[in-house]
Amino acid sequence: MLFSFFREKRLHLVPALLLGVLLLMGAGDDSARIDRIGHQLMCVCGCNQVLLECNHVGCSYSTRMRDELTAAVTRGDSDNIVVQWFIQTYGTTVLTVPTDHGFNRVAWIMPYLALVLGIGAVVVIAGTWRNRPSWPPSGGSASGPDGRPSGGSSDSELDRFRDQARRETQL
Amino acid sequence: MAELGSFVLLLALILSGYSFLVGLIALIRKQPGSERLSETARRAGIASFGAVFIGAVILVTAAFRNDFSISYILHHSNRDLPLPYKFATLWSGQEGSLLFWSLLLSGYGLVLRLRHKTDVRLFAHASVVIAAVQVFFLLLLNFAAKPFAVIQTAVPPDGNGLNPLLQYPEMVIHPPMLYLGYVGFTVPFAFALGALAMKYPGEKWIHITRRWTMVTWGFLTCGVFLGAHWAYSVLGWGGYWGWDPVENASLMPWLVGTAFLHSVMMQEKRGMLKTWNMWLVFGTFWLAILGTFLTRSGIISSVHAFAQSSIGDWFFWFLIVSLGTFTFFFIKNRSHLRSEHKLESLISRESSFLFNNLLFVLACFTVLWGTWFPKISELAQGKKVTVGAAFYNKVTIPVALLLLLLTAVGPLLAWRKTSFESLKRNFLWSSLGALAVGIVLIGLGVKPWNDISYLYALMAAMLAALVAFTVISEFIRGGRVISGHTGENLAASMIRLWHRNTRRYGGYIVHFGVALVFIGILGTPFNREAEKEMAFGDKMALGPYTLLCRSYTQEENANYSSDLAIIQIFKGDKQIDTLYPESRFYTASQQQQHVPAIRSTLKEDIYVVYEGQNQDTGRPIIKAHLNPMVSWIWIGLIVMVFGTILSLVPNAVPMRATVRDGAEARLPAHADPVGAGD
Repeated sequence: MLFSFFREKRLHLVPALLLGVLLLMGAGDDSARIDRIGHQLMCVCGCNQVLLECNHVGCSYSTRMRDELTAAVTRGDSDNIVVQWFIQTYGTTVLTVPTDHGFNRVAWIMPYLALVLGIGAVVVIAGTWRNRPSWPPSGGSASGPDGRPSGGSSDSELDRFRDQARRETQL
Repeated sequence: MAELGSFVLLLALILSGYSFLVGLIALIRKQPGSERLSETARRAGIASFGAVFIGAVILVTAAFRNDFSISYILHHSNRDLPLPYKFATLWSGQEGSLLFWSLLLSGYGLVLRLRHKTDVRLFAHASVVIAAVQVFFLLLLNFAAKPFAVIQTAVPPDGNGLNPLLQYPEMVIHPPMLYLGYVGFTVPFAFALGALAMKYPGEKWIHITRRWTMVTWGFLTCGVFLGAHWAYSVLGWGGYWGWDPVENASLMPWLVGTAFLHSVMMQEKRGMLKTWNMWLVFGTFWLAILGTFLTRSGIISSVHAFAQSSIGDWFFWFLIVSLGTFTFFFIKNRSHLRSEHKLESLISRESSFLFNNLLFVLACFTVLWGTWFPKISELAQGKKVTVGAAFYNKVTIPVALLLLLLTAVGPLLAWRKTSFESLKRNFLWSSLGALAVGIVLIGLGVKPWNDISYLYALMAAMLAALVAFTVISEFIRGGRVISGHTGENLAASMIRLWHRNTRRYGGYIVHFGVALVFIGILGTPFNREAEKEMAFGDKMALGPYTLLCRSYTQEENANYSSDLAIIQIFKGDKQIDTLYPESRFYTASQQQQHVPAIRSTLKEDIYVVYEGQNQDTGRPIIKAHLNPMVSWIWIGLIVMVFGTILSLVPNAVPMRATVRDGAEARLPAHADPVGAGD
């Protein structure tokens, strides 16, 4: 079939076919770009929803914003230009997340910084606790000079240790 | 009626004020006769419940009687509102929800005060703290947010109606659950502050508050998840968690409360983390109030938030005063909180709790940070920014996965020290099982190298499997030991095992529920959606399904009129269901709302929304989502609640077992396998 196509000298149709394919690919790309950029933008009606997920009945913003997005992408504007246009038009709150520039970077850094500091704190605390001398039982008479219970513990002290063992194993 | 309502709230304020002031004086003076004074304070606290209860009954009655002379009823109800929603009017608006909060708090206070003989002095301290919080809420109700304020104009024939989003059966149960959780954490906080103030010896206060904490945590868990289910079933955007500030406000105390629930075991068993636990229980209480401040002050914009009002200032000062009070007693009596034990090994239950707490608190901090960052940005650079779901997902998912890992590993580590042999014995088969799950999922097409969300989903699946396998193996292993001693079958032995240590094995079931919840969440990256203008007979593909628009119809009742689409669902040539997504128009409030139709199975949800009509073409728009695994989230919640209930059952007394030779013997201590303790 392909050979017959060329035999019939329909080669002049090839550029048109290629153009059609490219246009179709472009259409696919456009919808993917609209989907991608539309998920980076918020609807500004106050619903706190992503632009493409805003489902407010009669929302006066989302329909218009989606049309603007579609128009910009169809025009061939780059992602960056489209996003910048929305920022200029609707303000920085139109972005779903803080940018990675200037002060906004703090928003991203802080949770990870807290994680690092937290792990550091836990390691330091654990190290400190490992080196801590055993806390003597109240009264102290049960402890020998090395901090361990002496051999001559009274019944009440033994009861206390039993109670401690029971608590720690809950058996 | 309004006058009577206002009067009982004023009376409740006086009684609570008396309970607080006289109770405080009785505690401070420590003179002969103080006990009698304290007793009058206790009784005043009990009476305050009666007054608030009557106030709540009056408000609900006013809703049922369509008393639109009361401004609150006018704005939150109407004549044709169905009866259950008239009842829910109590918590549907700001003033009513504050009254409801006060009712629950006084209810908790009532139970606490009736049980005072457990430890009269500790309960007296806790009662004073509860009374102080109660005074704050009653001050609000009497001076800032009056539920019985009457309108100054002629009484309209009908009310404005309830917000359509709240006209959903779950709204009759979700807010009470959430509030029971929020308010309930006041009780452990009250005991903690009381114990700190009086330098209460030992850990008895922890034992006393254990059940309070678990019950409260159970309510809060229900509240948070029911909120997610409500959002999924009502809001119509196809998701269940949008990281809205109000959702975050409910999550933060839950995270810190969960950390407390774990770390408190360190204090019970090993006398450790006393200071930390104090701050955790305070943090949980404080975050619950902070969440209320967020939603009432208008400081953070949210689709859920109440209108901006002056009561935000009240909450702000209450937060400051409560922080100041707690800090004062902490500094004054911190020597009382010295830990008793040392850490013997990094591979131990103690270490796992440390990291567990770190991750819970870190998750809370991240949510708090994200919630407040728009305000911080405004203050720092003069412009607001949005912190949406993408931020939270990116930052919290790794933390959640680490928590899931600890959920699997932590409970099987022994207190003090865990040997390598023990680790191998406990985790070998579970780990191999989790690995097998991962391999199967990759074989089914989950390619983690294609997208980071797939990687997260794969890790979540493997870790959830690890949790599930470790829990199951723990039950089987323990059941076998008991079965070996008693001769009972495995199922009966596992029940006996649970009954010997209900908190531990109930906790395992909660962990199992958590694993199921994660299984439900991990389907998110595989969600699919489609949208189309559909006339009669039009078809729309959604994954392996075809949606056929059979017809449109209309219904009407006194409360709303409704446009319904009749959508038939086909898989191949076979029709499997018919869904009826609606677009409702509520008569009283003159508001429209989409009501999605959902077909839930264990595998996936088909979620169809009738989005109204295209304004240009007049054709109806149907949007459909295919959400895999969502049902497992709700099943996980049920399992978590079931586990919590099992944890609350008192332990059986050490049993006497009949060994196989017929002689009776005490079941040996080592019958309780591995982990040694809960």
